Amino acid sequence: MAEVEETLKRIQAHRGVVATIVVNAEGIPIRTTLDNSTTVQYAGLLHQLTMKARSTVRDIDPQNDLTFLRIRSKKHEIMVAPDKEYLLIVIQNPCE
Amino acid sequence: MPAKAGDRHRQGQSGPSGGKAVPPRPAKAVSKKRDEDVSTEAGEGLDEWAAAKTLVKPPDQLELTEAELKEEFTRILTANNPHAPQNIVRYSFKKRAYKPISYVDQMAIHFSLNGNMILKDSDEGRRQKIRLSTAVEKASVETSAGTSEEAEIKDEESTGDTQAAGEEETEESGTAEVAEAAEAEEPPPPRVKEQKLANQFNFIERASGTLNNPMRERACQSEPIPCKNFSTTAYQWEIYDAYVEELQKIERSKEKEKSKAQIAKREEEKKKGRKLTSLESQSDDIMKISKAAKIMERMVNQNTFDDIAQDFKYFEDASDEYRDQQGTLLPLWKFQYDKTKRLAVTAISWNPKYKDLFAVGYGSYDFMKQGQGMLLLYTMKNPSFPEYVFSSESGIMCLDFHYDHSYLVAVGFYDGNVAIYNLKKATSQPSYKSSAKSGKHTEPVWQNELVHTDVIKLSVEGTTVQGPEGLQLQTLGCGTSFDFHKKIDYLFLVGTEEGKIYKCSKCYSSQFLDVFEAHHMAVDSVSWNPYHLKVFISCSSDWTVKIWDHTIKTPMFIYDLNSAVGDVAWAPYSSTVFAAVTTDGKAHVFDLSINKYEALCTQLVVAKKKNKITHIQFNPVYPVVIIGDERGHVTSLKLSPNLRRMPKEKKGQEVKKGPEVEIAKLDKLLNLVREPESKAEK
Repeated sequence: MAEVEETLKRIQAHRGVVATIVVNAEGIPIRTTLDNSTTVQYAGLLHQLTMKARSTVRDIDPQNDLTFLRIRSKKHEIMVAPDKEYLLIVIQNPCE
Repeated sequence: MPAKAGDRHRQGQSGPSGGKAVPPRPAKAVSKKRDEDVSTEAGEGLDEWAAAKTLVKPPDQLELTEAELKEEFTRILTANNPHAPQNIVRYSFKKRAYKPISYVDQMAIHFSLNGNMILKDSDEGRRQKIRLSTAVEKASVETSAGTSEEAEIKDEESTGDTQAAGEEETEESGTAEVAEAAEAEEPPPPRVKEQKLANQFNFIERASGTLNNPMRERACQSEPIPCKNFSTTAYQWEIYDAYVEELQKIERSKEKEKSKAQIAKREEEKKKGRKLTSLESQSDDIMKISKAAKIMERMVNQNTFDDIAQDFKYFEDASDEYRDQQGTLLPLWKFQYDKTKRLAVTAISWNPKYKDLFAVGYGSYDFMKQGQGMLLLYTMKNPSFPEYVFSSESGIMCLDFHYDHSYLVAVGFYDGNVAIYNLKKATSQPSYKSSAKSGKHTEPVWQNELVHTDVIKLSVEGTTVQGPEGLQLQTLGCGTSFDFHKKIDYLFLVGTEEGKIYKCSKCYSSQFLDVFEAHHMAVDSVSWNPYHLKVFISCSSDWTVKIWDHTIKTPMFIYDLNSAVGDVAWAPYSSTVFAAVTTDGKAHVFDLSINKYEALCTQLVVAKKKNKITHIQFNPVYPVVIIGDERGHVTSLKLSPNLRRMPKEKKGQEVKKGPEVEIAKLDKLLNLVREPESKAEK
């Protein structure tokens, strides 16, 4: 357990990382480093997007599954690592 | 009214006669008959007239013959109205045509008179009633003895009454005054007036109704079934998932049955032992995200070290073309961990299965300063933090991965112990550890190799101990390094502190097969060529690197590197490429097929001059070398294209790859060297 905690801490402390959010299967954030309203927004939107992406991948080949999702925008990069029950979202400013 | 009367007259005439006959004729006939009747009556009365039998004809009577006169006419009496139309046609929308109507109303109205009866209870009726009652009262008052004044008043009132017809108020006031004036007579007359008037049939309407029970609504409602909205989309993968789950359930039930059939507990325990990764505690929610967190950390690192990752993957130094045959080493990631800052890298090894994973052993070469040791496993995918961390009380001197079971790492300690770490288990303690009882060494274990299931350790005191069997080989000196032959199982080389290299065999426990007077100082590393069966390389602190053919006592090639050589390693992709690292922080890469005498690349790898490089290893797949130094840093470098050059083939020939080519390549070189020395022989 401590390992995972440490990993999350490391991620948060990494260069350029803006925020870390852990979302459960229903789209409710259970752990975050952002303020509440932004967290809820990110959680809801990204949860839906991940579901859609996963559904797309699996529709094409049911034996396949989504492992990672990256959205690069002008300002930063949103990375989503889906798990069976959880969703880990990290927002990072890629260092140029 | 007069018109109707005329109708009536006419109809009255034609009625009894019959409707179907032509009206004028029967009318005439009737009139004629009547005339006849009249005439006969008149004849009876007046005999004289009757005898004449002359008929009095009207002047415009129709002249008919006798036959015609005698003709009989039938008259039918029906209830039909002769004036009713018989051929009414109506448009039927259903049939879209005119349809004759079969039934026609046959009612003929003979007489109608609008009556002037008013309902008693209506406004007008009431008014008239009151008027009548006042008139009666006036009459009664007038007949009774009263004062003339009153009569006058009444007269006035009555005249006023007649003048103003509907003034009920004055009438009422008048009646009120009259009531007051003439005391007793008032109540009976109005009551008499209000008596029900029976009609001429003595019919009085009487009605009664049953008691209507008041309606009461009684309703009963059951509790609504709790409803829940559920919506989802059925995708192909959901169906697939359901099937897979079913399959797993069936398999699990089968397994349970099997385990019940045999001894249940032992079977399960065994299975648990073989299971991969750590057992996740169910209560900890955060543990479930460990996998995702791992991937995420790697991705975050990839973002941060994006340029390095790109370089690693794609960068090929274009300037190599212009550099003749020289190559360069491009620094990539640098791996460091704060707990190993004071420790030196004592061993590096790549994992045979996962090409990006490597193990680094930390300890200290300094005899005086001996502290704890660490074993870290890094992956190139995550340069900022090691994947596995194991710490030990004693410094680690050597390590090796098991070839088949790549999760087992054998580690040799400074205090003479050997341990095997199992990476699949979560514990940070070794799975097996030798202790004083099991015949451990008393001196530092310099090198070990995990060959099959045996751990072969080499220690300073000069014994080579083979695993649990405890096979010991006595050497005269103290061993510092050894290497097993890749193909010939039993053959291995041992380098000693004195500079000799012994060729030994597992079969002979007390004797060695051969000895080479290799170096003047301790042999730091020996290594067989991965392709050529006979060639091996050795390096030592006497600044030299030597390449040998194990059948020949003298070295084939000798290289002087101006500084104590810490480690040497063959490249896995070519039989003629090797790299050596020296204590002055430089790395040298040689390719014998290109340049037999000089290094293709001599590069300062470690920043600070005080830092000594201790080990070097080639990645089996990627063109990357990792170099460990005294400060606990591990640097990864990419080999430039010049260092990886494959021999150019002549046009038309296929590019041959494979061990045979490599062997042939090296053989060619060796022959060149061997010719002046000895017979050309393979």
